[in-house]
Amino acid sequence: MNLLVAQAQQIEAPEIDYGAIAPVLIVLGAACISVLLEALLPKHQRWAVQLVLSLVTLVGATGALILYATSERPAQGIATLAGAIAVDSPSLFLWATLLVLAFGSVLLIADRSVEPGGVFVAQAAIRPGTIQDRAQATKTGMQTEVFPLTLFALGGMMTFVASNDLLTMFIALEVLSLPLYLLCGLARRRRLLSQEAAVKYFLLGAFASAFFLYGVALLYGYAGSVKLSSIAAAAAGTDRSDTLLFAGFGLLVVGLLFKAAVGPFHAWTPDVYQGAPTPVTAFMAACTKVAAFGGILRVLTVAFQNTQWEWRGVLYGVAVVSMVIGAVLGLTQTDVKRMIAYSSVAHAGFLLIGSIALVPNGEGVSATMFYLLAYGFTTIAAFGIVSLVRNSDGEATHLSQWAGLAKRSPVVAGVFTFLLLALAGIPLTSGFIGKFVVFSAAIEAGLTPLVVIALVASAVAAFFYLRVIVLMYFSDPAPDGPTVSVPGAFTTIAITLGAVVTLVLGLWPTFVLDWAGTGTFLS
Amino acid sequence: MTWVLIALLVVPLVGALVVTFLRKDDTKAKLVAFGFSIVELVLAVLLWTAYDPDGDRIQLAAGVDWIPAFGVRLSFGIDGIALVMIAVIALLIPLVIGAGWTEKLPAGRSQGGYLALILVQESVTVAVFAATDVFLFYVLFEVMLIPMYFLIGGYGGARRQYAAVKFFLYSFLGGLIMLASAIGAYAMASDELGKGTFDWATLVTVVRDADPTTQTWLFLGFFLAFAIKAPLVPFHTWLPDAAAEAPIGVTVIVVGILDKVGTFGMLRYLLPMFPTASKNLAPFVLVLAVAGVLYGSLLATGQRDMKRFLAYVSIAHFGFIALGIFSFTSQAGVGSVSYMLNHSISTGMLILVIGMVIARGGSSQISDYGGMSKVAPLLAGMLLISGLTTLSLPGTNSFVSEFLVLIGSFPTQPVYTILATVGMVLAALYVLWLYQRMMTGPLRGDALVAAAAGPGAVGDPEKKTAIGDLNKREIAVLAPLVVIVLALGFYPQPVLDVITPSVGATLTEVGVTDPVSAQEGK
Repeated sequence: MNLLVAQAQQIEAPEIDYGAIAPVLIVLGAACISVLLEALLPKHQRWAVQLVLSLVTLVGATGALILYATSERPAQGIATLAGAIAVDSPSLFLWATLLVLAFGSVLLIADRSVEPGGVFVAQAAIRPGTIQDRAQATKTGMQTEVFPLTLFALGGMMTFVASNDLLTMFIALEVLSLPLYLLCGLARRRRLLSQEAAVKYFLLGAFASAFFLYGVALLYGYAGSVKLSSIAAAAAGTDRSDTLLFAGFGLLVVGLLFKAAVGPFHAWTPDVYQGAPTPVTAFMAACTKVAAFGGILRVLTVAFQNTQWEWRGVLYGVAVVSMVIGAVLGLTQTDVKRMIAYSSVAHAGFLLIGSIALVPNGEGVSATMFYLLAYGFTTIAAFGIVSLVRNSDGEATHLSQWAGLAKRSPVVAGVFTFLLLALAGIPLTSGFIGKFVVFSAAIEAGLTPLVVIALVASAVAAFFYLRVIVLMYFSDPAPDGPTVSVPGAFTTIAITLGAVVTLVLGLWPTFVLDWAGTGTFLS
Repeated sequence: MTWVLIALLVVPLVGALVVTFLRKDDTKAKLVAFGFSIVELVLAVLLWTAYDPDGDRIQLAAGVDWIPAFGVRLSFGIDGIALVMIAVIALLIPLVIGAGWTEKLPAGRSQGGYLALILVQESVTVAVFAATDVFLFYVLFEVMLIPMYFLIGGYGGARRQYAAVKFFLYSFLGGLIMLASAIGAYAMASDELGKGTFDWATLVTVVRDADPTTQTWLFLGFFLAFAIKAPLVPFHTWLPDAAAEAPIGVTVIVVGILDKVGTFGMLRYLLPMFPTASKNLAPFVLVLAVAGVLYGSLLATGQRDMKRFLAYVSIAHFGFIALGIFSFTSQAGVGSVSYMLNHSISTGMLILVIGMVIARGGSSQISDYGGMSKVAPLLAGMLLISGLTTLSLPGTNSFVSEFLVLIGSFPTQPVYTILATVGMVLAALYVLWLYQRMMTGPLRGDALVAAAAGPGAVGDPEKKTAIGDLNKREIAVLAPLVVIVLALGFYPQPVLDVITPSVGATLTEVGVTDPVSAQEGK
């Protein structure tokens, strides 16, 4: 007994820099409170309280982030919690990105004006097609568990991008994934599609997690540590067998690429994007992308930069495959959500180009982070618009139903056109600046052929964005076409926020570019 | 006088904004848009007077930082070449608005929206010619597509969706490849100077000394964009579709103005930035140019549709322009630049006249018309004048430029020049044959006869048709063009004086030895 106490006294409690990790703590703490509220509050009060709590949390966490970022702090960042979490400039940038994107997503999630009672089902466990299910479809109750689930996922994402070792990263991966699996299955309409999306995402996600974990194990075998910097140190000039290193790297990267929806690990994306409730799709498309690429950037930069000549060719190929799959299969889609899903696969390819452009001055990292921010806002606004175009069955996502939309609602069509042009990367939108910074970093890193392929893929992808514009503007509306709901305040704010940021970052990107380029990863 | 250039960019945008709010009232929208386009024309005249032909390479320059992180500036300025292009835009837009005064738009479309897009297009196109930052040029090069996409797609003919998307994708792809080259040049600049920049003058000094392989790749990126835009064979296939489907005023803008960005880009960007590659690859470009002359002329002869005919005529003319640019003599260069101006005027006029024919007959098929000079002698005369300037009859403006191109190219490129001369003969064929089929002989053709007195009238050529001659508005639109065609045909000196120093400077940047011989050659 005494021995145990003595041993316990020898273990030093790790130093915790509460100021640095306050944003994550606030989000995760609020998520826990949110669960309690769910259990304690009467049903009719939950929605309002949960919404206020979520928004206050996001604002508070952003405030804590700004407070820390503007205070005196080491320029290269700090590692806290015994080195498990690295709070450096990229972490702060990605956290801020995640928080503002989550703010937009929560607004979309909270909206109850477009679909009476919100887009979420009250009891997801009821089997589709049964009497109970039909009864539930007419009720206006909403599952307010979406709020704590979103906060947990967000907390996981924030931890994920700041994880300084692979084990923390794995736990963060699970924390962010599990709520997302659930959220996918909560759509009020088209229950079967929604449940299919959830199951598919869960099964494939579990596979990907297993890959990731196996990769971690192999890398531990190689380096004797799961710390990213130790892996880099071990890889720099030892006579250990490279087999473990690269087998581990490969498995690890498969797990990460899966989350980032990079082709050929994208198979879940179209189904899940289509089946999930649209606000959740927006949240996944924007925030999960940021988290996954944040993780990829950190792993590649910190742990594998000095072995990049061995693995760069592989990711080069993956980027090409992703862009080609996204651009070519996007052409054949007839559902607007699936189209955006394939577009996100193509965008993941572009992002991967930025991630492997590891130039010494860190331009690839800042370019990719800028792209993530720009893409996230555009996507949230685009899904916000998708949620507005409806017919009696819910959202009218089939492209033919969008014909002649500009005649009925010029504003909605105009904003959506602008967002599509941003996704296509037309100048004066943030999408163009994002592509530009990523491609110029890649050319600097000697990836010119890849950039040319990317440009051709952009042109191909532009075709399916243009097709939607053609449909909206130059086709005659179908007689039984969908109506465009007048959005409530929340959706309006989310769409406006996304569209305005897309425009502003297209015209004056300097502020964000400078901020993204303030520092590199702590290593 | 820097404000003139800025005002030229801003005035049409303000006009577009005002016109957008007049979508309910078509007449007011037309008047306001016309007013703004006249203001723009006055500004362009001011700009012409403010420009000093013997002054700096780039004049009236103004700029502010845009994205300092990449050394991107919003900087504008003009040389003689840009000046004449801006002037011709400002000249054509009021005429386009005037010519389309009574044009019927597709159901549900308002004049307000149409004219706003035209004014936006005017502003962006002026900006493309005035940009002196490569990044800014690229941005405007792509932004220029958006109003045009909506103009073709929203107001065009039956296959407008196809034509609009094809137009957009061709140019967009070309632009993207150019972007890759621009970034490559930027990367070289940041290696060499320590800080990246997109400033045109700085990039020229950095890139022109690059090794030939790099230059070749960068050249090809820019070249593809300009060859699609110009368009050179075999990158031309978007133009006939766009020209055929666009409403007539938009055809004037596409064929008369937008295309010039391609040849302008060759002079402003390809030659000075990549002199070695330009010289090495000149034979390749010349083959495309001559192929364009011959192919365009032959296909123009064979067209049944007047608007597609116009597109192929332009393709032939762009062959001449490219021939002059890549012969690297200042005579040919001056010829090419004045050709760019004169092509806008001649072809613009031809398109407007053909638009008036189509407005009467309601068909763009040549075979639907015949013997029209009997009922519309003035119209026939105008078609003849615009046709003759298109085939470069001596005494018209185009003759001066075509002649300069040919005699300037001959010393360095005799074979290509002789081949291109065949194009002149073909031009006489396609223009005169068109005139003969449509205007001479007995009154015939479905469009004319059916417009007479009901269905029974078909086949009875003696019956009077309801088709009338030019009205006052149409005469007012065409008269200035006739004056300019003849004036520049007999006295081209004012224009040549403006462009000769700029062309000379361009050729000096390429490192060609005879930059002043154009002065003696005239």
